[in-house]
Amino acid sequence: MTVTKDDLIDFVYDEARMLDEGRYDDWLALWLPDGHYWMPLDYQQSDPLLVTSYLYEDIFMLKLRVERLNGARTFSQKPKSRCHHVLSRPFVDRMEGDRFETWTQMHYVETRLDEQQLLALTARHELALVEGRLRIANKRVDILNCDAAFRNIQLLP
Amino acid sequence: MYETADSIAALVQGRQVHRDVYTSPEVFRQEMKHLFANAWVFVGHESQTPKPGDYFATSIGDQPVIQVRHSDGEVKVLYNRCPHKGTKIVIDRQGNTGKFFRCPYHAWSFKTDGCLLAIPLKKGYEGTGLEQTPAGKGMKAVGAVHNYRGFVFARLAEAGIGFDDFFGDSLSSIDNMVDRSPEGRLEVAGPPLRYLHHCNWKMLVENQTDTCHPMVAHESSAGTAVKLWKELGLPEDAPKPPAMEIIAPFMSPYEFFENMGIRTWPNGHGHTGVHHSIHSNYTAIPGYYEALCKSHGEEKAKAVLAENRHNTVYFPNIMIKGPIQQLRIFIPLAANRTLVESYIYRLVGAPDELLARTAMYNRMINAPTSIVGHDDLEMYERAQEGLEADGLEWVNVQRLYEEDEDFETEAVENGTTERQMRNQFHAWVKFMTMGAAR
Repeated sequence: MTVTKDDLIDFVYDEARMLDEGRYDDWLALWLPDGHYWMPLDYQQSDPLLVTSYLYEDIFMLKLRVERLNGARTFSQKPKSRCHHVLSRPFVDRMEGDRFETWTQMHYVETRLDEQQLLALTARHELALVEGRLRIANKRVDILNCDAAFRNIQLLP
Repeated sequence: MYETADSIAALVQGRQVHRDVYTSPEVFRQEMKHLFANAWVFVGHESQTPKPGDYFATSIGDQPVIQVRHSDGEVKVLYNRCPHKGTKIVIDRQGNTGKFFRCPYHAWSFKTDGCLLAIPLKKGYEGTGLEQTPAGKGMKAVGAVHNYRGFVFARLAEAGIGFDDFFGDSLSSIDNMVDRSPEGRLEVAGPPLRYLHHCNWKMLVENQTDTCHPMVAHESSAGTAVKLWKELGLPEDAPKPPAMEIIAPFMSPYEFFENMGIRTWPNGHGHTGVHHSIHSNYTAIPGYYEALCKSHGEEKAKAVLAENRHNTVYFPNIMIKGPIQQLRIFIPLAANRTLVESYIYRLVGAPDELLARTAMYNRMINAPTSIVGHDDLEMYERAQEGLEADGLEWVNVQRLYEEDEDFETEAVENGTTERQMRNQFHAWVKFMTMGAAR
């Protein structure tokens, strides 16, 4: 399979749609087993490990996060949150062999009960072609107002 | 309504407290005026302002203040207000101001200890008696400042209880955290998490020693983690990933929390985890024990690491975790608004893996994106809303209550007692009513 720019752009759109529709099993299946979902705390943060981040989660933690959403005693999800991504067209920053990088600006809306919040995001996807299928090797999501005080952010921006 | 000492004292009745302590804007106003002025309140860590001219803007209760390193190396705490028109002198959260502060409105300037340095066109004040006014004295300093092993505390009131009398033996928890550094020194690591709660600040402080909620409120996160781990079908003794080490102990049974013990000290301070805690069984980091022995000697190194206190509350509004070098400050914004800031510190001279675990704990447990934090916030906010119900006006704090409890002496009790909550309310009345008319 030869990966085209359109394939990469479609992939990023499809991933956002899975999150918005709550198709988490499909979403988890996109990930390579050693991937990390990173959401830095600081503006232009370079280190995920020795300072605090919002998220730096491996597959075990992502599975836990998703599994919890459906739990009978997940009190903060009664009622459930909903989310909505609006994407600008992803830039394809790198196409080298089986590795690819995209850069995408998004508006992310999350709502529950009477509250709704809007986050402006930049998502960087590292994608890999493995056995003929595109997968997420790593994903980094930066929040524009990362240094603001937030209330609960319960789903995946 | 709550102007007199008697009316405040009547809100706390041993086994129960009146809901107005959480919901009343008037009580909140009195807390800002009295409690946060009379108590010693945490300001910041000295490593946030390491060099002369470095400053850090924060608040003590509702009072805007600046922690600044003066030219003589001392840490000063000044009100963040120009004595001229009231303009905040600094508006960013941190920076370096050089040798002096300069107000951006009319360029009055001040030394970093607050003293007035210069006023443009000063002849306009000649013969007006400026030096006799508060404005002529410069930026106002808080009543008293104490730097204890890097942790900077301030008392707003000019006169009142001394630092040592206020904290007493509770400082042993700070000692333990600092002694875990082979160089006896901590450094702040990056910015804090900032998490906004629509509830009263005291609910968060009480929750720090509430040992009967983890296995209930956090079943969805910690319980699910344990379940997923079992489903992997690994052998019993397979090494757990750090994430599991951190989150699984939240599901420990009641017995674990009963046996861990709670210690209370005078003036509202106390801690969970006297005998063991959820932090007791973390995997040892190679090279750390050796580094600690080298600086402390083996006996002291062992003693330092044997202490695994869980949460230490320093009344009124911080909590520290010695074994993983964290500090959370519960900043009151309104009767039903609290900003929580969660800091982490590097143990200077220790391997990086310790800081990596500390950072992991912070994001997993204390972040607005934390699956543990989500359920805590849900409980606080449901309580804040539920307290409006008029049928019941009192909140119960009587688990393991005893007649004639003496909060002026240290005590160690069963780890599920609510004595520490009662201890906080005892101190709350004391510092709310200090010097007030009956």
